[in-house]
Amino acid sequence: MEAREMIARRAAKELSNGQVVNLGFGMPTAVANYLPDGVEVTLQSENGCLQFGPTPKLGEEDPDVANAGGQPISLLPGAATFDLATSFCIIRGGHVDATVLGALEVDQEGNISNWAMPLAPEKFAPGMGGAMDLVAGARKVIATLQHTSKSGTKILKKCHLPITGKGVVDVIVTEKAVFEVTPAGLMLTEIAEGLTVEDIRSATEADFTVAKKVIPYQL
Amino acid sequence: MDKVMELDQVIEKVHDGATIMFGGFLGVGAPLKAIDKLVEKGVKNLTIISAVNAYPGQDFDIGLLYKNKQVKKLITAHSGTCRMAVEQFKNGDIEIEYFPMGSLVEKIRAAGSGLGGVLTATGVGTLMEEGKEKITIQGKEYIVELPLKADFAFIKGYKGDKFGNIQYRGIAINTNPIMAMGADYTVAEVNEIVEVGDIEAERVGTPGVFVKAVVQGNTFEEHKSIYTDLWVRSGQLK
Repeated sequence: MEAREMIARRAAKELSNGQVVNLGFGMPTAVANYLPDGVEVTLQSENGCLQFGPTPKLGEEDPDVANAGGQPISLLPGAATFDLATSFCIIRGGHVDATVLGALEVDQEGNISNWAMPLAPEKFAPGMGGAMDLVAGARKVIATLQHTSKSGTKILKKCHLPITGKGVVDVIVTEKAVFEVTPAGLMLTEIAEGLTVEDIRSATEADFTVAKKVIPYQL
Repeated sequence: MDKVMELDQVIEKVHDGATIMFGGFLGVGAPLKAIDKLVEKGVKNLTIISAVNAYPGQDFDIGLLYKNKQVKKLITAHSGTCRMAVEQFKNGDIEIEYFPMGSLVEKIRAAGSGLGGVLTATGVGTLMEEGKEKITIQGKEYIVELPLKADFAFIKGYKGDKFGNIQYRGIAINTNPIMAMGADYTVAEVNEIVEVGDIEAERVGTPGVFVKAVVQGNTFEEHKSIYTDLWVRSGQLK
């Protein structure tokens, strides 16, 4: 299975029935496709709606109904639309139960970086969008990312890039492992098939402890 | 009082160096006709304020202003969707100032509602607190975000009447009612100009008190086909 699909499938298992959930763009968007049986969530789109559904077919689109990526979406029965101030009251005010966000880097203090790639000194893109509000306000923050990039591990002792939130991450899901962020630091809880704790250590800069019962990666 | 005006009359008021808020979110709920007219007029050195940047990969929405080199500064939560803007930023042709999206809308709301600023925990411990006052209340740290005002707000509604009452539709409401409050001169572009009384009172999303001018935008039929074409062209709708 492709790394991105594994991560999305595993992140979906962090959600529970009845939650209000905000999914970030990219890998997290796919999480909606892999919700376990019996788990129904209300999806929020930060540009101003709750309870949205899939992309409509051509001919069923509405010019005034789109997600935070500008893509047409459908509204499900029970949906609500609202302005951006209300949308961020929902986010900052603790009314979002969980958010799944893509990360560029995470670290052992629960920091996450996902908004600022340096273009030149003091110049960053693309910007945080709603991510800083989400990590500050959502009750559970699930960070998703591939464990390593060409330049090495992305699970660090300390994020190199400017952070999106300080000590805000609850769970880290990569294609190799799952870590819980605890007050004492990272704890390895799951390992992908065919890998050992040593494999994870060699692919990870961050310090971590190993849970008493590390279980196979749940797909 | 009749606030219905021709778009040309309104655009005449916009000068080089103006600060302008644009409603909309990646082009959805954006005042497309007003943007076209601003491009036609060619006013320069604009500071533009928008929740996010232009719809990706298309000459559309505020993207046209970068193409025509009219922007001096962008104030936003996200710039990355408009490659041209990011390129101009990298080259030092434009400035970008970022705020978290929730803070940006509250700054604008504060400007329009007589508040001296807002306190938010968003961004504490990040670059967002640099140069800003922080206040601790009951053991929790907050950043003081100051009001953000503009000379003009161009917003987009569904229906508008000559009092300036505006009705919105769907998710296209996004930043429009917030920005309507935050500028000295708010222009509402609407799909349909209706008689006073045609918008039921409880459907008024922005009371006319915030609006200086109401202009005819694309009709709803035109509006529908513009977005269908955009989404088909960019592969989002099949």
